[in-house]
Amino acid sequence: MKLLKLVPDHTNVDFMRWRNLAVILSTLLTVASLAFTAYRGLNLGVDFIGGQLIRVTFAQSVDVEQLRGRVLGLHLGEASIQEFGGPTSYQIRLPKPPGGDAAANQAANQVKQLVAANYPGSRVDSVETVSGKVSEELASDGLKAIIFAMLGIAVYIWIRFEWQFGVGALLTLAHDVSMTLGFFAFTRLQVDLNVVAALLTIVGYSLNDTVVIYDRIRENLRKYRKMAILPLLNLSLNETLARTVVTSLTVLIALGVLMAIGPEVIFGLAIAIFLGVLIGTYSSIYISAPVLVWLKVTPDSFVKVDEKEERGTQPA
Amino acid sequence: MLEFPRWKVWTVWLVVLVGVYLSIPSLIAGTPFADRWPAWADHQKINLGLDLAGGSHLLLEADQRDAQKQRVQGMEDAVATELRRDPRIDIGDISTAEGRVSFMVRDPTKVDAAVERLRTLTQPMGLTGNRDWDVQVVDSTRVVLIPTNTGQVRAMKDAMSVARDVVRRRIDPSGTREITVVTEGSNRILVEVPGVDNPDQLKRLIGQTARLEFKLVDLEANPAEVAQGHAPPGSEVLDYPEAQPGLPFVAYPSAAGQVAKVAVKRRVMVSGDQITRAKQGFDQQSNAPIVQITFNSAGAHRFGRVTQDNVNKPFAIILDNRVLSAPNINEPILGGQAQITGNFTVQTANDLAVSLASGKLPVKLNVIEERSIGPDLGKDSIHKGVIASVIGTLGVILFMLVTYGRFGVYATIALIVNGFLILGLMALFGATLTLPGIAGFILTIGAAVDANVLINERIREEIRRGRRLLDAVETGYREAFRAIFDANVTHVISATIMAYFGSGPVRGFAVVLLIGVVTSVFTAVYFTRMLVALWIRRSRPRELHI
Repeated sequence: MKLLKLVPDHTNVDFMRWRNLAVILSTLLTVASLAFTAYRGLNLGVDFIGGQLIRVTFAQSVDVEQLRGRVLGLHLGEASIQEFGGPTSYQIRLPKPPGGDAAANQAANQVKQLVAANYPGSRVDSVETVSGKVSEELASDGLKAIIFAMLGIAVYIWIRFEWQFGVGALLTLAHDVSMTLGFFAFTRLQVDLNVVAALLTIVGYSLNDTVVIYDRIRENLRKYRKMAILPLLNLSLNETLARTVVTSLTVLIALGVLMAIGPEVIFGLAIAIFLGVLIGTYSSIYISAPVLVWLKVTPDSFVKVDEKEERGTQPA
Repeated sequence: MLEFPRWKVWTVWLVVLVGVYLSIPSLIAGTPFADRWPAWADHQKINLGLDLAGGSHLLLEADQRDAQKQRVQGMEDAVATELRRDPRIDIGDISTAEGRVSFMVRDPTKVDAAVERLRTLTQPMGLTGNRDWDVQVVDSTRVVLIPTNTGQVRAMKDAMSVARDVVRRRIDPSGTREITVVTEGSNRILVEVPGVDNPDQLKRLIGQTARLEFKLVDLEANPAEVAQGHAPPGSEVLDYPEAQPGLPFVAYPSAAGQVAKVAVKRRVMVSGDQITRAKQGFDQQSNAPIVQITFNSAGAHRFGRVTQDNVNKPFAIILDNRVLSAPNINEPILGGQAQITGNFTVQTANDLAVSLASGKLPVKLNVIEERSIGPDLGKDSIHKGVIASVIGTLGVILFMLVTYGRFGVYATIALIVNGFLILGLMALFGATLTLPGIAGFILTIGAAVDANVLINERIREEIRRGRRLLDAVETGYREAFRAIFDANVTHVISATIMAYFGSGPVRGFAVVLLIGVVTSVFTAVYFTRMLVALWIRRSRPRELHI
């Protein structure tokens, strides 16, 4: 049986040749993403801005404009209505009512009654009410979690490798997270708690490729002590290229299926991780590696560690 | 590489078998096979999160100001009761203004004695010498009790733990439902009730503090002054929103938007603390819904004595500082049983009975977050999630097989074992599977393969470099492990942070990722290595097709 080889055996792609162009492009895109996110804002769900979210499945397709009109007729503030999943499922978002919990309760019940009265056979799938206080906490917790995770991982990489690698990991993560945010700002996809979970996952998984490539760079730095840094990076990237392609493809297959036919509620989560894996694969080559060139990593960066390791392991 | 002693092989297979065994109850739940699973066997199942099973999630926050107010009022009652006992010390002008209890001792020579007796009402706080209340004497005759900070913190902690138990009893009087009631942080309680997708009744039950008091109506108060909110000394003005017309002691509203008011004696005849049982019933004459209550012996005794002394006078039944009704004492009530009348429906009378039987909440609770999910949405999600998992896994398996041949088969076996181990461990720990958890499962499947990809690509590389088969396999596993280890540590870091900061569903995602990291290192590295070693030992291949 002939086995599939997506990447030929002896590749010799000069990745580093385009490194300046790629880094400039990535920097521009990152800055653009952040600026766009700041300027246009994210489509934050009730988890982060408070308010109510009611999901309804109707018995048959409905006239959205009419539904919107009816909901607005309740005078509950600026309601937004979006299709959600199937053609007969909709989510109705209401702003935080000024009167606290009692008012929120009433508002949800009013919508439920309206739906029951006008659309027989429909069913209310879920009602979520989040107060302003809780949503502020969820937002700040989410932000903290992402920052702590990024720092934690960068510190770990620093301890396991060298400080240059830690900085590289941190920049790679910042790049991946801001690009994903930019994507959410651009598409207006709703950002809820699941998307924060996705961002944290990206922080963990987009670094997968970086860790593998760094590991190979370290190995080669020790093996070929006389080689210049650029050819060495190219060699390392080429040696790990097959693995990068195969792994990214498997993860993308699994997530692609989830995105295409999985439950609607976690579509945001799935697409964010899918995208994160794509961006992560790119950035492990064009952010993680070039950073090492500027930070002047040399074979000597590891000499001390080597000696320590040898002394420590010799008796065994 | 080939040294795989027999006991290690058996241990690995044992772990695999236990994993499969533990995951069976979760896999067959809800199918006809569940009945055929022997009774003596393991029945630990993976819990389904609310987003999959349907149900209500409520986050309650204690109203701290209300808690402090209640605490001061409690202290006021305790002070009055204590100093009234023999030898009695006469006091006056007692007030709870500014969050402190303050009163005047009528006989200046007894101030020290009063302070001494009040000490028995306060508690020492740890070893610091502080107490939960500061007792001070001002202007030689006025005694003031000020709550200390440490005392407040302790009181809040105690109140939260009582509140948690009360909430549980109210939602689940029989103690048989699978509900979650836990305190979060210093002043919150999380309630999760599977299967209930309309939380209105839950909120009604939790919303009542259910502080029930019986007090005598102050008949000497002037209704005109009561309407202004002024009561004679020793009495207080309370709202009586549903007052029946024509009662002489009630100050009826003179304008729309106002409520009727009534003056009652401050002294509590009996309180809800002395109730042992409460149930909904019907009034024998009017057939209106009522709540029937039974006092404990101390309460029954006190209620009997007070009603005996006050025949033909009205008393007020007060719930959470609002008068429910003010019936007349027609005769002494000696049996320790009484009924609460009010403007009830069967439902509200029943809710009140449950609330009274479960005790009063030491603090008012407000709902600050609420999520309810219908059962159909959850079923739909499970269905789609399972199909996506199966197809996604099949896709990954196919890709592995065409890419790595025999080694792809090993990776596939490892993948399937991994799935069982994740489910088995989740069942063992009683972990909760949430919707994002399903995504975590699929992601883990995709990422677990990465370890095999790393190993297999490395073996390919070593063979290209001209190493001999055995050497190449061994180097492949050894060199790849470093990167596998580091990559997994980064996953653990992000998943741990997610578990720490995340709520409900997100935490479920993190748990699956964490378990998946552990099991996938075992299956993808150790387990496949064993399979490869056994194969090489058995068939001594000359060359490797990878």
